[in-house]
Amino acid sequence: MVKPTRVTNSIRALRFASGEMTQADLADRVGVTRQTLIAIEQGRYSPSLETAFRIARVFGVPLDDVFQYPDPAEEKP
Amino acid sequence: MTHWEKRSWIRLVVAALGYAAYLTLILSRADERPLATVPYAAALLWTVGAAIVASILAEVGMAAGTPRASRLTDDRDREIGRLGDHVGQSFVVAGAVGAMLMAMADWDHFWIANLIYLCFVLAAILTGVTKVVVYRRSLPEW
Repeated sequence: MVKPTRVTNSIRALRFASGEMTQADLADRVGVTRQTLIAIEQGRYSPSLETAFRIARVFGVPLDDVFQYPDPAEEKP
Repeated sequence: MTHWEKRSWIRLVVAALGYAAYLTLILSRADERPLATVPYAAALLWTVGAAIVASILAEVGMAAGTPRASRLTDDRDREIGRLGDHVGQSFVVAGAVGAMLMAMADWDHFWIANLIYLCFVLAAILTGVTKVVVYRRSLPEW
């Protein structure tokens, strides 16, 4: 069954906090296409663990600061 | 649009146009006689060959026309490629099974060859449509 990804991210905020880094710059530094970076930022694509670590390394922050996964307990009303 | 997305578009369009040209040629030759008696082999081979050459030329033209465009491919391109090929594969299997059953039932060569060609074309089209749609939307999480 096709499910939407539940992974969220803070890439946009981190880019702006890093001197308004462009998507193209970040994509270059991570080694992915600009379209892939846009898809990741918009939550349309969950990157591989390696790509996720490379993104976190560019910003110099832990992985958890870039990507978040909802806690099942928080989702239940 | 990434390099691979452009390639998917080229292959999709060429597959559809190639088959349309073949179909037009065969139907114009039929002229009220039974389709199975129409000479098809040369037309089929020429349209398949022309489609392959047209794809290569279009990809070379695309590369020459946009020399500064990135040729980078990444995980997402490969995942989309695999998903598209996986989806299109169903028609290749359907064509093979259909052709096998038709051969066992002594169908004319014309119908067997054309079923296989049609299924190859449908596989290419389904593969291409899947790829361009997924490039525009998102990869499904299974």
